Amino acid sequence: MMARIVGGYFTSHVPGIGGAIVRGDQDTPYWKPFFDGFPPIRQWLAAEKPDVAVVFSNDHGLNFFLDKMPTFAVGAAPSYDNADEGWGLPVYKSFAGHPALSWHLIDSLVRDEFDITTCQTMLVDHAVSIPFELAWPDAPSWPIKLVPISINTVQYPLPSPKRCLALGRAVHRALQTWSGAERILICGTGGLSHQLDGPRAGFMNPEYDLFCLDNLAANPEALTNHTPEQVAQLAGTQGVEILNWIAARGAMGEGRCRQVSRNYHIPISNTAAATVLLQPA
Amino acid sequence: MPEDTEPSDTALRKAIPLFDGDLATRGYALNAMCFSFNEEANRMAFLADEEAYCARFHLTAEQRKAVADRDVLAMLEAGGNVYYLAKLAGIFGLGVQDLGALQTGMSVDAFKAMLAGWASHVPHKENA
Repeated sequence: MMARIVGGYFTSHVPGIGGAIVRGDQDTPYWKPFFDGFPPIRQWLAAEKPDVAVVFSNDHGLNFFLDKMPTFAVGAAPSYDNADEGWGLPVYKSFAGHPALSWHLIDSLVRDEFDITTCQTMLVDHAVSIPFELAWPDAPSWPIKLVPISINTVQYPLPSPKRCLALGRAVHRALQTWSGAERILICGTGGLSHQLDGPRAGFMNPEYDLFCLDNLAANPEALTNHTPEQVAQLAGTQGVEILNWIAARGAMGEGRCRQVSRNYHIPISNTAAATVLLQPA
Repeated sequence: MPEDTEPSDTALRKAIPLFDGDLATRGYALNAMCFSFNEEANRMAFLADEEAYCARFHLTAEQRKAVADRDVLAMLEAGGNVYYLAKLAGIFGLGVQDLGALQTGMSVDAFKAMLAGWASHVPHKENA
């Protein structure tokens, strides 16, 4: 039996979600509309039982400093730890890696002319841990292995939306030639519109967010007509995390996708939050 | 810039502003110090002797003043990146809404109300 992509799980990864979980605020009026997006995803995961997640996210100054900042980095570690990020989140559970699949992706991506960075040690921050906490809230250990792919959304020049979609599609081609029998979950984390810095702090753009959500499944190319700078202008300086979603959509392949669930809510913390589950049609 | 001209990416980087090579170069020492705050011992060392800790990282005079003044906009101007500055803000117990209020001149409550107000901009009221 060949490996199969069972679906794509996309969600915001705002650190404040972690605080809400610690405090048990999931059912408060402020948080409930966001957490209401997850029961359908948990049910779907329980039924589909993926074995490994390929997660596209961005580091927030835990693993990478500005001394060395890869545009695209692929983890190839046997395990991945979270660590103290400096501002009070709990340290999250470690992840089991899948080095053989990581090296298959790395080999295929470089042959496919994506000159990625490889990481045999890599800390993963809230951008990976919080989506897992949301998906498997009561798990004593993560029920699924991890292959993390980090996209630079911190220091310009950023990779273009077009390039991120192409990276994702190259990951899809790599997964199609993997000889294992795993059930693979694709994840894209971050966004949607938000801006933390500068006089425009607090900016959001529901119109652009809904444009992204409306096109993610059926026409992801529509998201690639902007430069990264234009995305920052539209989505806010941290809204460029939509690049992770675009790459993840690419990793689901060029075929049609069906939207299983979708949730959009403003605001959580400083962010317009969204959660989407797609399945190959 | 004429209104009928599409702003170039470079112009957008200056206008928004975006954290590019120029800012990354200018802000390196400040961001290096903030990166060190991933470790609790370093946060404690900063609190115990801020002057000495900043000196250890060779902050520029502009960066040192911005930190001393707790002036977030000045830290950004000095090349600070918000992902790293958030770790410094955490030492002072400030979250992203506090940072937003400091940068926009609003009270924290007014800033939070502004954030909530974006919900009314959702075109077809989906879940907002």
